[in-house]
Amino acid sequence: MPWTNIQADDSRSPVRFGSEEQPVRELSYREAIREALSQALEMDERVFLMGEGIDDPGGVFGTTVGLMEKFGEKRVMDCPVAENGMTGVAIGAAICGMRPVFIHMRADFLPMCMDQIINHAAKWSYMTGGKVKVPLTIRAVIGRGWGSAAQHSQSLQALFAHIPGLKVVMPASPYDAKGLLLGSIAADGPTVVIEHRWLYDQKEGVPEKPYVIHAGKGAVRREGTDVTIVATSYMVYEALRAASELQLKGISAEVIDLRSVQPVDEGLIIESVKKTGRLIAADTGWKVCGVSAEVAALAAEKAYDCLKAPVKRVCLPAAPAPASAVLERAYYPGFEDIVRAAEEMR
Amino acid sequence: MKKSGLPADTLKQLYATMFTIRHFEDRIALLYPEQEMKCPVHLCTGQEAIAAGVCIHLKKEDYIFGTHRSHGHCIAKGMDLRSLAAELYGKSAGCSRGRGGSMHLADPDHGIPGTSAIVGGCIPLAVGAGLSSVMKGDGRVSAVFFGDGAVDEGTFHESMNFASLKKLPVVFVCENNYYATNSPQCARQPDVPIAERARSYGIPGKRADGNDVLSVYAAAKEAVGRARSAGGPTLLEFETYRWKAHVGPNSDIENGCRPADAHQRWLKKCPLEMFQRYLREHSSVTEEDLELIESRVEREIDEAVEFGKKSPYPDASELTEYVY
Repeated sequence: MPWTNIQADDSRSPVRFGSEEQPVRELSYREAIREALSQALEMDERVFLMGEGIDDPGGVFGTTVGLMEKFGEKRVMDCPVAENGMTGVAIGAAICGMRPVFIHMRADFLPMCMDQIINHAAKWSYMTGGKVKVPLTIRAVIGRGWGSAAQHSQSLQALFAHIPGLKVVMPASPYDAKGLLLGSIAADGPTVVIEHRWLYDQKEGVPEKPYVIHAGKGAVRREGTDVTIVATSYMVYEALRAASELQLKGISAEVIDLRSVQPVDEGLIIESVKKTGRLIAADTGWKVCGVSAEVAALAAEKAYDCLKAPVKRVCLPAAPAPASAVLERAYYPGFEDIVRAAEEMR
Repeated sequence: MKKSGLPADTLKQLYATMFTIRHFEDRIALLYPEQEMKCPVHLCTGQEAIAAGVCIHLKKEDYIFGTHRSHGHCIAKGMDLRSLAAELYGKSAGCSRGRGGSMHLADPDHGIPGTSAIVGGCIPLAVGAGLSSVMKGDGRVSAVFFGDGAVDEGTFHESMNFASLKKLPVVFVCENNYYATNSPQCARQPDVPIAERARSYGIPGKRADGNDVLSVYAAAKEAVGRARSAGGPTLLEFETYRWKAHVGPNSDIENGCRPADAHQRWLKKCPLEMFQRYLREHSSVTEEDLELIESRVEREIDEAVEFGKKSPYPDASELTEYVY
């Protein structure tokens, strides 16, 4: 198999995000995704891409531009707008030996596929006693902002993270976008890769050679001693900005990029909370039964004795996303909310 | 039944498959009250001719996909009766290692990637299997069994649309037994034959008597042949009737779930008896041939049940194996 020779990056160290270890080549988040897809298509003939509109000039925020021309319409396949049925088609192809990547322009379209994702993709391995695997990757984009409103902006990671049999990753950086996507395609089970529209222009050093990051490893983005901020996706950047502000106020914040919300890197979080004694969970999704609740529960279960203050969560309020810019500003939490939370924990 | 001109070996093979399915299901019904088979069973008694008449055209490596009512499909596709019985008893030696039960049977070595208990759930999977055949160029045909209830579902239409668009080697096999659990087809669908839905997707559709194994054989032969020769998908609708309740070993007629007169009419159209009559009147297959088949099958079922009962359970420590 072409994937066995590829190096896995198991590190959790803060080498990315503009550290001194200067990269040889910078790529944007969108370019990193496109490179991952292109390399997967090149390396492994079982890989194919499918999704409505993936071959049009915009190329899903630039992440599939040129791939149809390079690999042909059979491997970069425009699809009917039949999300559930086409997810079933992808699963069928996967269990018969292919490695499909099903691409959705918005995560909001995934609820259309819940039967196939939850009842079929997530359970097929178990229901068949491990005899039939589903190497399926689903990419979906959180489309926050510009009045995208309630059905074009949802962060639904918690829905999928709840289901045994699925892995869910949320790359925040270009390096992780490439590695986690290749890691998903290389995996023998189904993975939901959730991207964020506001990250596509992020740039950092990305190795040209293919490499995989397996779901389940978080990364420390900034080291600190007073409070641990566990963040997902775009909230990692808000957390880093908050950490800089907090430093000016004499609070040393450690920022953990969760990277994978199923499985969660328990060890990394516990270790950090044991050091800092304080925990803030900052997620792009809703608070109730969300990823932040899982992170908080983890601290309550496994690091309770070390907590010097109650856990705080910075997440979306219990409302659908509004369209009006004024309401949008009120809806989405940012670094100020994280700073405030940390100050309240002193 | 019309004269078929099929060779005696083919006729015997069809008979053996139908007889196996009928008697395996009957044995389950007999043993079920022991409560050793601790999973719901959806028996296909009365519908045996469809599985037999379709699967006889499939090679070992061709795919079938099924439903919660798929003992018959798997038997017809070549699943070992022992691994089927062991699965019903929740044993490690079961085809799904005791994780699936009656509704989730899998045997990839015999082209059975699995069955789904979600109505219509497997139809797009079969289309995906067909897509993989085309991409790999391995010539495998993919057949999917589903009931009239699945025609209510979006996946049926989404799957037909895509299979037609890409001319995939898929045979859609609708076993129309006129009921989704106890809801009659006439309460759920307009009065248009299911086979005619095919026309709107630009693929051939054919309706045939699902209790006449030779009608099934002929219709399936054409459909599988079309799939194998890159001619694209076909929708087959076979009219049939489920003898037992939706789930469990008993009849549901006494408690008023379905009308008794229709049930009586269908019992007289027993696929096995119809075929036995045909074999006596129109073939060179002898009584002795049939008896040989029957005694062999009964012995295999005895062995399968014994194997299922005696083989070990999975260890509780293995609970979370195979999740991903």
